[in-house]
Amino acid sequence: MANNYIKQLVNKQYEYGFVTAIESDTFAPGLSEDVIRRLSHIKNEPEFLLNWRLRAYRHWLTLEPPAWAHIQYPKIDYQSMIYYAAPKVKTDGPKSLDDIDPALLETYKKLGIPLHEQGRLAGVAVDAVFDSVSVATTFKSKLAEAGVLFCSFSEAVKLHPELIETYLGSVVPYKDNFFAALNSAVFSDGSFVYIPKGVRCPMELSTYFRINAANTGQFERTLIIADDHSYVSYLEGCTAPMRDENQLHAAVVELVAHDHAQIKYSTVQNWYPGDEEGRGGIFNFVTKRGACRGVHSKISWTQIETGSAITWKYPSVILQGDDSVGEFYSVALTNHRQQADTGTKMIHIGKNTRSTIISKGISAGFGQNTYRGLVRILPTATHARNYTQCDSLLIGETCGAHTFPYIETKNASAQLEHEACTSKIGEDQLFYCRQRGLSEENAVSMIVNGFCKKVLNELPMEFAVEAQKLLEVSLEGSVG
Amino acid sequence: MLVIRDLQAFIRDEKQEAKQILCGVHLTVKPGEVHAIMGPNGSGKSTLSNVLAGHEGYQITQGDVHFEGKDLLTLSPEERAAAGLFLAFQYPVEIPGVNNMYFLRTALNSIRHHKNLPPLDAMDFLSLVKSKMKEVGMDEKFLSRAVNEGFSGGEKKRNEVLQMLMLEPKLAILDETDSGLDIDALQAVAKGVNTLRNGTRSFIVVTHYQRLLTYIVPDVVHVMVKGKIIQSGGKELAEALEAKGYGWLENEAEV
Ligand SMILES: Nc1ncnc2c1ncn2[C@@H]1O[C@H](COP(=O)(O)OP(=O)(O)OP(=O)(O)O)[C@@H](O)[C@H]1O
Ligand SMILES: [Mg+2]
Repeated sequence: MANNYIKQLVNKQYEYGFVTAIESDTFAPGLSEDVIRRLSHIKNEPEFLLNWRLRAYRHWLTLEPPAWAHIQYPKIDYQSMIYYAAPKVKTDGPKSLDDIDPALLETYKKLGIPLHEQGRLAGVAVDAVFDSVSVATTFKSKLAEAGVLFCSFSEAVKLHPELIETYLGSVVPYKDNFFAALNSAVFSDGSFVYIPKGVRCPMELSTYFRINAANTGQFERTLIIADDHSYVSYLEGCTAPMRDENQLHAAVVELVAHDHAQIKYSTVQNWYPGDEEGRGGIFNFVTKRGACRGVHSKISWTQIETGSAITWKYPSVILQGDDSVGEFYSVALTNHRQQADTGTKMIHIGKNTRSTIISKGISAGFGQNTYRGLVRILPTATHARNYTQCDSLLIGETCGAHTFPYIETKNASAQLEHEACTSKIGEDQLFYCRQRGLSEENAVSMIVNGFCKKVLNELPMEFAVEAQKLLEVSLEGSVG
Repeated sequence: MLVIRDLQAFIRDEKQEAKQILCGVHLTVKPGEVHAIMGPNGSGKSTLSNVLAGHEGYQITQGDVHFEGKDLLTLSPEERAAAGLFLAFQYPVEIPGVNNMYFLRTALNSIRHHKNLPPLDAMDFLSLVKSKMKEVGMDEKFLSRAVNEGFSGGEKKRNEVLQMLMLEPKLAILDETDSGLDIDALQAVAKGVNTLRNGTRSFIVVTHYQRLLTYIVPDVVHVMVKGKIIQSGGKELAEALEAKGYGWLENEAEV
């Protein structure tokens, strides 16, 4: 009975699967100290950064890829990958939109991200990262008036090396894990944000990552620093062409919130997920962590993960400052052969620290969806509190959902609450909706959206509707 | 309006064993008529309602059903809804996180779409739904809640009647919409049905209680036992059942 809608898990074409024909400067495949030196040289980096990269590289050579996640994939050959690809530019770097290759502007237009400031997302400043480099940042002058620094990582290295030296690797050290070490060695660009004391960032900041070149890994780094009493909301989006080979994306994101500062970080991840049979797609191995360094600081992660063949990411918060707050809101959707192993870590160090985890996993087709979370209460964290809710929704009989919630408490005053539930998308719910005239697809998307409501509510308004549409598109074809 | 001939259906239980539930149902409902179906627990009343609405859990092995001349059994549940068939569920399901008003508006506009009518805009919809809510005695706060989530039994039933009033079906099947209702709610349900009665709209009212039938006076009363309609009569049949139970009929049927 259920089978007639499950059987027909047909693929909806991935909308962003096109390739931009553009000349680019690329390295030959392979990774060595020499490659890292060349990369650092091209980017004119200061000594400290090159040395840091090299230390990371040497450490990486001693590591094995992690094997504990509930994911399966062929061994990655790190020597066959290209570590730098940049669209060719006549000058040193694009100074204004006029210097940008029209093909690039066209690409972002197709993706629905206008780089012209009068574009659709008028209240949102955008940094666009194409393959390995940032190609444009909008609204710079308006942000500068407020004292906000928002630029590509490379530019930040040039203009604010002291901030980079202080903060780089301070939240995610290169020794953290295999992919973080690799990223630290070879990262080519990314976004940088600094919000000065007492400033409420006047607009949403956002970065769009686009992988275009074949056989390249994308290793970007994002660093966001919110100084005392400041606030920023930041959103990243990502897409990639359809290709039969897998491509590696290993990013690192570091957030630092000082006293009374707030960072809201949202992700709409829509990397190419591979086809129905599991051919191609992005391997998304990402390390994201925020440090609530100051008292009463707050970091919220919201993620909508619908793309990638494999997602491996655990946006975490280190709750160091007293009374600091960490939040993690996640929707992870796996359809066809996609696999996601995602969750969070909340490390409570300061007094009265609070964390909230809301995770919604949706599996369809042969998708595998794992929630993996850790709540750790250290002895210093008196009266720490955590609320965790992780729910899974299964569409059909061939997918899987798994939850691994770990809790470690070293302080008896902690209050922890945990709720979990796994439900199958009810045939009764579907029948009820259809009896009222809704098509099966509309019914599924309505039920799924309802299931994700708590998380979708956390997204900045400009993006909530897009995320909702994305969920619909990603599920399209999951019912007959 | 509705013609059911020799309808037989089974379901596979957890052990995948086929279990015959409908064993040859005959029923004809003409435009404007109200039919009541009564019968002991487990006799197949809800199954019949579900099969008519297109539930895919049941296998139909024999018989046919025509709805306004159309072969109903070939239509999907949503096509049946669009054709004007409505089922008020015995156990309305909860849909967490889905706003009740949004659900109702999507449903109404889906059906309007099938009828080639333009969608109702938010303002028109709101004034319509508010007036219907008044008719069934529902507080407007139910609009902003999730569909049936945390509703009491009676509130769920009122919500079903609200949906019926909004969608204005040609044939409404009410499966024990009166069960578990207080007196006021019962009257609200009856009022809902009676305001829709217009001489062409038909109703099938499944109930265990004669009480509802004093408010919604049926044209025909049927008794279903073990997957078959074993007796049909006027409204006095319901009164007899109330007084004597089903035993005498079952005995008669076996003779
Ligand atoms: N999914 C199912 N699996 C197994 N048996 C089922 C299933 N659905 C219905 N049945 C059985 O079919 C028979 C008829 O059920 P149905 O719900 O149609 O009865 P009913 O007349 O509506 O009863 P009530 O008056 O209690 O509502 C019952 O014996 C019931 O247990
Ligand atoms: Mg019943």
